[in-house]
Amino acid sequence: MYGYVRPGNSQPVWLFPFIVLIVLILSVLPLARLAMTGVAALANGGAIAVLSDPALWSATYYTLVTAVLGTIISLAIGCTFAFLLTLTDIRAKGLISFLFVLPMMIPPQVTALAWVQMSGPSSPLLKALHIAPPLGSPQPLYSIGGIALLYGVQHAPLVYLALRASLMSLPRDGVEAARLSGASSFRVFRDIILPLSLPGIIAGAAISFVSCTGNFGIPAILGIPASIYTLPTLIFTKFSAFTSRTFGDVALLSAIIAIISVAGLAIQDRALRGRDYRVLGLSGATATFELGYWKLLFAPVLWIVIFFMLAAPFFALLAGALVPAYGVPLTFKTMTFHAFSEILFKQAVTRTAFVNSLSLAAGTAMCLLVVTVLTAYALTRRRDVLGRVVASVIEIPYSLPGIVVAVSFILVFAAPIPLINMTIYGTVWIILIAYLSSFFAVSLKPVVSAFHQLDPALEEAARLSGAGFFRRLKDIIVPLIAPAAGASVILVFLIACNELTISALLWSAGTQTLGVAIYNLDDSGSSDLASALSVLVVLMVVFMMLLLELMAKRLPKGVVPWRN
Amino acid sequence: MAKLILNRVAKDFGTGRAAVSNLSIDVREGGFLALLGPSGCGKTTVLRMIAGFETPTDGSLHLGERLLADASQSLPPEKRNMAMVFQSYALWPHMSVADNVGYPLKVRGISGEAYRKKVGEALSTVRLEAYAERRPADLSGGQRQRVALARCLVTSPDVVLLDEPLANLDRHLKQEMEETFREFHQRSGATMVYVTHDQSEAMALATDVAVMSEGQLLQVAPPDEIYARPEGRVVGGLIGRGAIVSLKSPDGDVRQLDWAAVEPLFAGEGGSASRSDILVRQEDVILGGEGIAATVESVLYEGERYAARLRLADGQILRAFSRSKLAVGDEVRAVVRGAWRL
Repeated sequence: MYGYVRPGNSQPVWLFPFIVLIVLILSVLPLARLAMTGVAALANGGAIAVLSDPALWSATYYTLVTAVLGTIISLAIGCTFAFLLTLTDIRAKGLISFLFVLPMMIPPQVTALAWVQMSGPSSPLLKALHIAPPLGSPQPLYSIGGIALLYGVQHAPLVYLALRASLMSLPRDGVEAARLSGASSFRVFRDIILPLSLPGIIAGAAISFVSCTGNFGIPAILGIPASIYTLPTLIFTKFSAFTSRTFGDVALLSAIIAIISVAGLAIQDRALRGRDYRVLGLSGATATFELGYWKLLFAPVLWIVIFFMLAAPFFALLAGALVPAYGVPLTFKTMTFHAFSEILFKQAVTRTAFVNSLSLAAGTAMCLLVVTVLTAYALTRRRDVLGRVVASVIEIPYSLPGIVVAVSFILVFAAPIPLINMTIYGTVWIILIAYLSSFFAVSLKPVVSAFHQLDPALEEAARLSGAGFFRRLKDIIVPLIAPAAGASVILVFLIACNELTISALLWSAGTQTLGVAIYNLDDSGSSDLASALSVLVVLMVVFMMLLLELMAKRLPKGVVPWRN
Repeated sequence: MAKLILNRVAKDFGTGRAAVSNLSIDVREGGFLALLGPSGCGKTTVLRMIAGFETPTDGSLHLGERLLADASQSLPPEKRNMAMVFQSYALWPHMSVADNVGYPLKVRGISGEAYRKKVGEALSTVRLEAYAERRPADLSGGQRQRVALARCLVTSPDVVLLDEPLANLDRHLKQEMEETFREFHQRSGATMVYVTHDQSEAMALATDVAVMSEGQLLQVAPPDEIYARPEGRVVGGLIGRGAIVSLKSPDGDVRQLDWAAVEPLFAGEGGSASRSDILVRQEDVILGGEGIAATVESVLYEGERYAARLRLADGQILRAFSRSKLAVGDEVRAVVRGAWRL
């Protein structure tokens, strides 16, 4: 009969299968392919050769050591900031929070480059200030400690955000009840706040650990010169020296990274078990401690840390971009904008990189916008097991290190696509697909939270008014979730623009991204050009974060990560 | 327009307990049916099945000759020509009042002079012409309610559904809106289905009241009849004020009992061996010098009178009104001038 639909689902029939298909292509297919190649390599006996390779075990060792140390450092910094900024009456919280989260958005290789420029005997900044160590002394960051320190700086904001989220839900009345029971501020902190915020700390530690394990930019710049290879940089070098065994080898290496990540998440799961403290009572009003005289100690500490995490490296980067030539001291007389004009107007490579990165980021953000609006719609209106499975499958590529995703897509697309007989390996399309897979979850989160806040009756009223699916999408749903969708676009754009790990493996001549260009310039010794490009990238990041900050008032809670 | 028929409708969300089971109601053309019941009784599910947001797992719904839904197929809400006032009003915050009201017309492709005329008429019916260009956020609760109603008016729907539309309003506004609904029903002649847990709303508005409990339909009848002749303990307890006492069954198949019939039952005399639930309305208990002896257990001052809870000698409870002041512990005598065997 015309016009009737099958019951059980009032959505368009094609919608959910369409989403399942997209998730299959973006998440299931590449990971299944990776697993298959790994198993095949094991079965062919190549595994013994790989597993007996000392490089593999030293890389695993370095990966674990740097990740654990990095996690500890990020916990120390992130927890300090989260407790002080969320629970106390310290001044300029919004500004400090914004500045503290910035390093997370800056590409890791830029962070690494900036710190290299900030320390060591050839630092233009230290030279300009006449405090550089003598020439010939070692660069202290080219070490396990250096890599771990930068992991810590890069991922401290992740810990901060995770802990902050759980602190925000701490009930003020619980703290006040403890006060009335006679507990001092310190005892309240130790007996009430610390136990209740432990899940947040554990979650932050897990995210930080997984991100450290998969980081490519920092060990690439700090580790390779000192012959310290982590698993991601080892995969990268294996691809540089391509042999017939490479695919099997990197599949196994990626599998080890995936196993380490999953183990990290499993430990988190275990640690969280039995700690599901549902907060009872009024939440929303956050507890506040008056610091009193302690403010005189804590406020400067926060600002000094921010200075060393953010301002000093940035100025070092700027100094590195302004010196006329390597080793020349920077003064107002010698400073030159030559590097900037070179990368902006003369170098074809950087221009291509700009075009590639911006169009890839824009393409990723726009494609994901369309997909996520449909996906979020379908998932929020479907509360069955299948819906939950799809939602968690979307999360997998995001929680796995980018290098694993990149390797998976190489394996999928190395051969021409069957049926249409087209090779996308080596083109910009493979990067786009890997980005879509990796950032799907990033794009989905704000849109889903907007859908959760949307009264379903608003759509039902439109249905009863006679509006079909696309009509109400256009007239009702899209206008109402537009702010969150806009935020999602900017977030994805921001992250995709600065991405290095995936594109480092997937680029080829003509498809360099900004991240790849910075790495290659630094690798080939043009540190002034690399610095100049990095400065521009940092400015771009700050600009987009400010844009989100301006939009924040019109967005649902939790869409802009660093805001209350 | 035609009769709305629900034929042995059931809905199971797979939670182990059916939300609605085996429910049959005919709503006559132009009728005003109130679905009354405690929260969680399945009345909203019934409404959402009529609208098409849920599909029945068994049974069928018809509008006249036309099938709306059965277990294997369902007409989507956008094709049913129905309208609904939601509990949250569901006004679109990004559209002006006039755009909200006119949206069903816009979807139907009506534009120009006809569009403006119809929107203007609908707004004037709910006395909101002056607010046409405002945003819903700038209106008060009652005004938003009236915009939602105007949106229902604008297309002359076959059925208008109302989901606890007065739940969020204060008492004065409630009365005013009840007036508006009644007026709207008379003028439009649309079949209306009204979900509420407030019996006074149901009584005041509806031509028929359907009482639901735990997914079952207990009774459908006009308001005065359901008040006078409720079926079963649940309906008796839900509708009106009163007390249910367990007494010896009266002789014969009588249900309406007067003082002469009840007096021996209260005294424990006569009647058959079995026991019956007897509903005694609060206004039918007359306090005075004669009748059943009782002790005042609690008293509530209601302004125009006192409402008392009386404990009988056997521990059962009666409720009564009193003009004069009562104190807890007072010994009183009561005559029951009418009762109903459930």
